Amino acid sequence: MYPTDLNYTRDHEWIRVSGDEATVGITDFAQKQLGDVVFVELPDVGRALTQGEVFGTIESVKAVSELFSPLAGEVTAVNADLVTHPEAVNSQPHDTWMIKIKITSADELGGLLDATQYETLTQ
Amino acid sequence: MSTTPPTTALKKTPLHARHRAHGARMVEFGGWDMPVEYSGIVDEHLAVRTKVGLFDVSHMGQVELAGDDALAAVQWMSCNDASRLAVGQIQYSALTTAEGTFVDDILVYRMAEQHFMLVVNAGNIMKDHAWIVASATERGGDVSIVNASSRYALIAVQGPAAEQALQTLTAIELPSINYYWFATGEVAGVRVTVSRTGYTGEDGFEIFVPPAQAEKVWNALLEAGQPFGIKPCGLGARDTLRLEASMRLCGSDMDEKTSVVEAGLSWIVGWKKEGFQGAETLRAQKAGGLERRLVGFEMRDRAIARHGHLVMAGVDSDTQVGVVTSGTQTPFLKKAIGLAMVPVALSAPGTPLTIDIRGRRVGAEVVPEPFYKRSKPA
Repeated sequence: MYPTDLNYTRDHEWIRVSGDEATVGITDFAQKQLGDVVFVELPDVGRALTQGEVFGTIESVKAVSELFSPLAGEVTAVNADLVTHPEAVNSQPHDTWMIKIKITSADELGGLLDATQYETLTQ
Repeated sequence: MSTTPPTTALKKTPLHARHRAHGARMVEFGGWDMPVEYSGIVDEHLAVRTKVGLFDVSHMGQVELAGDDALAAVQWMSCNDASRLAVGQIQYSALTTAEGTFVDDILVYRMAEQHFMLVVNAGNIMKDHAWIVASATERGGDVSIVNASSRYALIAVQGPAAEQALQTLTAIELPSINYYWFATGEVAGVRVTVSRTGYTGEDGFEIFVPPAQAEKVWNALLEAGQPFGIKPCGLGARDTLRLEASMRLCGSDMDEKTSVVEAGLSWIVGWKKEGFQGAETLRAQKAGGLERRLVGFEMRDRAIARHGHLVMAGVDSDTQVGVVTSGTQTPFLKKAIGLAMVPVALSAPGTPLTIDIRGRRVGAEVVPEPFYKRSKPA
């Protein structure tokens, strides 16, 4: 059900790890909870994040949620397409990334969930 | 990303099981477990603006007053002039405190010369009923009052195709029901009251149905509406639709600290009628003593203001002058809009405002209301 090449957090973010780079988005479960996404606010490139720190907000028509950084690191890229097409989060949640982070502490990767664990969490 | 746990021990409408069984996302509202969305707020909102949508609003309350002095009682406790209503006609009004503030905003149905039905907000049913009884008792006279809320399920069918869709199920000549009038008859073989009212800014009807027949009428409407593209809708779309149409939400845009004039609703005050609760304060405010009022605003910067966000005067100001009472991104106009309570000096269209959104200062501007008005009246 959930892509097995991704890792997940209890805050409903997905993470794709490639070398020392992590790409972050929100899960299908999260977008369903939110409903129609109309606004995504992302950090500036270069910002240093700690694990669990709020890096942005995502707003649907009815609600606002904070986005939590799954790992410590520096923001190396943000998905500018989300400014004009926030609805992509609803239509393709696992293919719509928000930020990329240069991982500073590989130890934190061990605390992430795999697809099976995450699916259990959402049931 | 965090989620809210479900709430328990909530009241249920006669259509509750139907919503659950058909995959609606449910949410607590005013003590009720209600559908917030079916296919999605944007999808439902657009269906109502362009086709037709179906809403369960059975959580709304009904309080009926009858007796030789029913009109006098209604005139005393509410601000609009109910004597101007013909039997079969409806008006928007408010139950007012002695200070001219809102106990609740209501619809007043004149069922007979001395028989009125007040439609009140879901979360206020008990409070309003007690207030109505107390006000009538204080006033005296011959009037019986009953909380009839459990006698009705209320189904709203809203949108440009509402009349066509509903007409397939009833012998009532719907074109003959004017805006804010009602009639009785059968819909899908069920005895109902049908009023040409709604909370969406679109043409449409609200149907008062015996609770035991609610599901029958709901299902019949969904089926009859199929060729017209009908969609079941939740409270999420109801809220974005009403805000886009500049309709106030009592409890969010105004409360017992907000006067009817401050809410921008002078038009629901019967200025020519004899004394009523709160009349003196409202008259003084109308005569020039108004300090603040609700205004419509549009965001100038990319952000969505929400209920409770603070409003500062002008551009980049730190002086708090008001508060956002409602705000959203509207699916049809595709703009971030809202209502805010601000000083009268800052209420003219074109006035720049600054809104604090989670610590970020963003620009907005006062705009004329309504944000949206349907192009062709019913």
